Amino acid sequence: MTHQAPSLFDRHIIVPAVGESFKKLDPRLMIKNPVIFVTLVGAVLTTAGIFTATADRSFIAQLAVWLWFTVLFANFAEAVAEGRGKAQADSLRKARKDTVARLLKNGREEKIPAPSLQKGDLVVCEAGDVIPADGEVVEGIATVDEAAITGESAPVIRESGGDRSAVTGGTRVISDRVVIRVTMEKGHGFLDRMISMVEGAKRQKTPNEIALTILLSALTLIFLLVCLTLKPFGIYSATEFSVPVLIALLVCLIPTTIGGLLSAIGISGIDRLIRRNVMATSGRAVEAAGDVDVLLLDKTGTITLGNRMASAFLPAPGVKPERLADAAQLASLADETPEGRSIAVLAKEKFNLRGRDVAPALAHFVPFTAQTRMSGVDFQAHDGQPARIIRKGAAESMRVYVDKLGGKFPEAVNTIVEEVSRSGGTPLVVVEGKEVLGVLQLKDVVKGGIKERFAQLRKMGIRTVMITGDNPLTAAAIAAEAGVDDFMAQATPEQKLARIRSEQASGHLVAMTGDGTNDAPALAQADVGVAMNTGTQAAREAGNMVDLDSNPTKLIEIVEIGKQLLMTRGSLTTFSIANDIAKYFAIIPAMLMVTFPAIAPLNIMRLASPQSAILSAIIFNALIIVALIPLALRGVAYKPIGALAILQRNLLIYGVGGVIIPFIGIKAIDILITTLKLV
Amino acid sequence: MQTSDWLQLALFVGILALITKPLGLYLVQVLDANGRTWLDPIVRPIERFSYRLMGVKAEQEQDWKQYTFAMLLFSLVSCLFTYAILRFQHLLPLNPQGLGALSPDLAFNTAVSFTTNTNWQSYVGETTMSYLSQMVELTLHNFASAAVGIGIAAAFVRGISRYSTKTLGNFWVDLVRVTYYLLLPLCLVFAIFLVSQGMIQNFKPYTKAKLTETFTIQVPKLDAKGQPVTTNAVVMVQSPKLDAAGKPVLTNGVAVMIEQPQLDAKGMPVMTNLPVMVDQIVEEQVIAQGPMASQVAIKMLGTNGGGFTNANAAHPFENPTPLSNFLQMLSIFAIGSGLTYYLGRMTKNQAHGWSVWAAMMTMFLAGVLVCWWAESAGNPIHHKLGLALADGNLEGKEVRFGIFNSALFATVTTAASCGAVNAMHDSFTALGGLVPLFNIELGEVVIGGVGAGLYGMLVFVVLAVFIAGLMVGRTPEYLGKKIQSYEVKMAMLSLLVLCLSILGFSAWASVSEWGKAGLNNNGPHGLSEILYAYSSATGNNGSAFAGLTANTPWYNTTLGFAMLIGRFLMIVPIMALAGSFGLKKAAPPSAGTFPVSGFTFVLLLIGTVLLVGALNFLPVLALSPIVEHFLTAQGKLF
Repeated sequence: MTHQAPSLFDRHIIVPAVGESFKKLDPRLMIKNPVIFVTLVGAVLTTAGIFTATADRSFIAQLAVWLWFTVLFANFAEAVAEGRGKAQADSLRKARKDTVARLLKNGREEKIPAPSLQKGDLVVCEAGDVIPADGEVVEGIATVDEAAITGESAPVIRESGGDRSAVTGGTRVISDRVVIRVTMEKGHGFLDRMISMVEGAKRQKTPNEIALTILLSALTLIFLLVCLTLKPFGIYSATEFSVPVLIALLVCLIPTTIGGLLSAIGISGIDRLIRRNVMATSGRAVEAAGDVDVLLLDKTGTITLGNRMASAFLPAPGVKPERLADAAQLASLADETPEGRSIAVLAKEKFNLRGRDVAPALAHFVPFTAQTRMSGVDFQAHDGQPARIIRKGAAESMRVYVDKLGGKFPEAVNTIVEEVSRSGGTPLVVVEGKEVLGVLQLKDVVKGGIKERFAQLRKMGIRTVMITGDNPLTAAAIAAEAGVDDFMAQATPEQKLARIRSEQASGHLVAMTGDGTNDAPALAQADVGVAMNTGTQAAREAGNMVDLDSNPTKLIEIVEIGKQLLMTRGSLTTFSIANDIAKYFAIIPAMLMVTFPAIAPLNIMRLASPQSAILSAIIFNALIIVALIPLALRGVAYKPIGALAILQRNLLIYGVGGVIIPFIGIKAIDILITTLKLV
Repeated sequence: MQTSDWLQLALFVGILALITKPLGLYLVQVLDANGRTWLDPIVRPIERFSYRLMGVKAEQEQDWKQYTFAMLLFSLVSCLFTYAILRFQHLLPLNPQGLGALSPDLAFNTAVSFTTNTNWQSYVGETTMSYLSQMVELTLHNFASAAVGIGIAAAFVRGISRYSTKTLGNFWVDLVRVTYYLLLPLCLVFAIFLVSQGMIQNFKPYTKAKLTETFTIQVPKLDAKGQPVTTNAVVMVQSPKLDAAGKPVLTNGVAVMIEQPQLDAKGMPVMTNLPVMVDQIVEEQVIAQGPMASQVAIKMLGTNGGGFTNANAAHPFENPTPLSNFLQMLSIFAIGSGLTYYLGRMTKNQAHGWSVWAAMMTMFLAGVLVCWWAESAGNPIHHKLGLALADGNLEGKEVRFGIFNSALFATVTTAASCGAVNAMHDSFTALGGLVPLFNIELGEVVIGGVGAGLYGMLVFVVLAVFIAGLMVGRTPEYLGKKIQSYEVKMAMLSLLVLCLSILGFSAWASVSEWGKAGLNNNGPHGLSEILYAYSSATGNNGSAFAGLTANTPWYNTTLGFAMLIGRFLMIVPIMALAGSFGLKKAAPPSAGTFPVSGFTFVLLLIGTVLLVGALNFLPVLALSPIVEHFLTAQGKLF
């Protein structure tokens, strides 16, 4: 699957799109777009007019041709947008080759074709096998190549239990063996949904699109009325308005520009999302993303780099820092986590203490458990060295531990612990024997540039809420450092859900990311729930988007795409309506010129003749659709500069521009067709 | 365009701005069932008694359907009641002139007209209506229809300012409170002031005065049965003179027009029945009397506009002094202007209220300036003949008021759906007359009719917010409420209704025999007259371009329907919109919501009104006042 946007003029998309434009002329399809349907009817009537007219045949024929072009251009815009999706769908389909599944039945393997798998079946996949359907790993651990859907070549780990159990049909196991329980039947799998999504096959109009369609249809109806009543008004004024001319006026006035581009805008919005490796289950979700005003973000991985790092040794009074560092380093020797390693690295950097090899016979490492909530190392006495018992852990558990041994927990250490917490760090108290040596400060490392990102979000009108399991003090400090607006400390899944509900109750739209099964209720409740692809199947089912890159920061891009989608629609609607002024000035004087030559001063563009004026307006009307296809596909640029500034900018470009551009365009076309002697 | 006129315009806008806040604050109390005013000691008992009498539970609010149903029921009953009175006025008291019953079509037209706050008058007041008809019926409707309009506006504002609620207030309570606390007291004070200016208020029979200088008029000759005598004559039309080659003959680049017989398809002259006219010498003048001050006060404050006399506010009794003229204009705008403050107060966004006011005022000033300039510039044909160069176009104007006060009055009365006139709009220059017509076709959202102007404007606000809201990349929100397909549907429906009624009826009238028979002028000016009539009826304005003989069964009936459509088919979708807004919960504003106040919003709103609301009328306007303007410049009259 390619993840780069194809060029706008990609031959593989343009050529079939031309054919599609004609296929889409089917009136049963056209009726879905009332504006263009009216144009189609106008084109048919004008074509008929060529044969019934007694004069001006060439003029009417040219009008008819351009009316047909208007319809075809609108179809073409949609076809190009769909074509770009299809190109992606095709590459996805290649991944969906029918495979043979190794069904596990009563402990025995049986080879059956993948499509006949049922929900709940167990299948075995070993290195080299293609996973036959979406499912959940129930046994084993394996590395899986998910390039087929994510485009990412680095393999990922999938294992039973925990939050990394979901596998997608079409991806390939590279190593080891897993047993998978099928959770999705053929045709409803992730890949199938993705294909139908990019193809736009199941595309339903989104709420805003429906509202806009109503507005455009009502405007069409009003202008239809205007043109219909113009006929009797003409009779009163002893002016004959011919049907082709009235149709030309009608087509110029109805919002064909936005009408023709509306569906292309919607399709390309989803297309843009997929290029950023985000799978949305519906267009509605994309649109909702633009409305989001509260983001719930997990601290770990989104705001911070994910792992806490040791950042300082803060000894208790009367203890040398080196001694504290030495003890901390020894206690962390067996700890292979980034956190543990960072302690060793800090000790080395600060006091030049090298990591030592310790004979396993002499040392007994005590791993962290939920019960003791501490870890450490026990050294037997050897070579004249006394036995050492070192422990490190959270302040609370260490206090209990020291008390139990009859030691004293110094007040000064308490103060240090509180200070570290307040500054956003995590304090670990290091104890040797029953003596408290001091505090090891672990700190979250806030991602570079995240503060600026949040400032941008604030300008977009979006409030960020950080969610963390940390205690409130730590959470507050990190929140301040990262520049989020609010935080939830010691958050449980239930609290997350409650928070979302209360935000929604006060009128906010909430987006969140999550990966674990316990995130599923919150993901389902959120207006936009983005599940990480690495997450569990439950999380992926609950959310309405899946980020294939599993990058929580991407929520920000999703919001931008949602906003772009609406902005493009709004801007082109404004442009379309504003265009009418110039078209009036072209067509109205042209229609009246014969009966009322006095109206000439109203022809402010000084168009050569009534016929050239009408034809120029119609040609402009058709060509502007083509000219705006790239904008419709790309979307209006979004900058987080505040709503008022965006409005002013877009009003200036598309409102004022929409008034001026057609004057220039129509005049230019008029000069051209007069020079070419077309009328 | 003298300095004193500029000063008067500044004074007008300045005083209006000053009274907006106090009136708005008072409206907040009036439109709250538990509101407190200084009138409470006297009026509160009467109010409570009225509720008991009507069996209204004042504390029980209604949802949008109940509210609308109550309003429709009230309008229907009062309309039928009026119809009955007008049909039987010859049998009823207070009829010193012994005026006869109205014809069914005229009674229908008039009853509808006053029920809908239109006050279109197809009749001449002083020769048609008994004092009872004028007072009990017309004045009653002037109060009730104004109160209904204000009530609907209040219900709409409640819809947008309340959250997650079904109810929008109680129609009966609004009706009673607006009448008792707002309209009656204000009118009492205003009527007394008008009397102080010389306006009459009596029940005397009409008086007669001997003319110092007799004159002759032409009247249709009547046969023994009182029917006009007609003669068959050739219809003459103005058309360009053609030379031998069939090209128009030009002098100084202007087509020469000649009067020629109109020919039918077969090339035969078209014949028609024309009334035979005879001379009549007028020696004495009948001077109308009656309770004028009481009716004029509410006609202005309630933006009703129906004149006691046919000359309306041009009549010396109905508008005796420059001060009465100034205050009448001010009173037309007063309540509508105060309602914008009410909007701001209720939505807790005073800047929004003022921005809506500013958008209205901008469009109003643009209208005044164009109309004033066009009338001052005068008739180009006069200029060519070297006549009245300095005076501008004084035809059809009361010289006491002159160009500026006539132009200002015309703009105010059409901006505000009032319809009272102190000059004949028909006699304005083409562009000067375009302004009142255009004002009405905007949907009368420039201050507008009491209540109607606000809810009409709020429909445009909803549409402006919808389009602009998309442009900033969010589902559009108006004061925290999402605008979705239902809201767009209802808003567009109300616009569609307006457009359908004006264009549909005008088109029909312009090509039908009955339509053309009513015209006193041909060509584009005649079309302006038809268009103005249906615009005025649909917009519930009620002012007439005059020049159209509208007291015929066809016109009375079609105009009556236009008024019904323009009032009630507008209100129903608007109330549905209000109901839907009321149900919504509010999304709190954020940096992503663009403010519905400030310079950008005002421009946006004006742009929406002009592009979505008015552009539809441009083609037909091009065929009427606009082309007339260019033809007049070439020396052609209609």
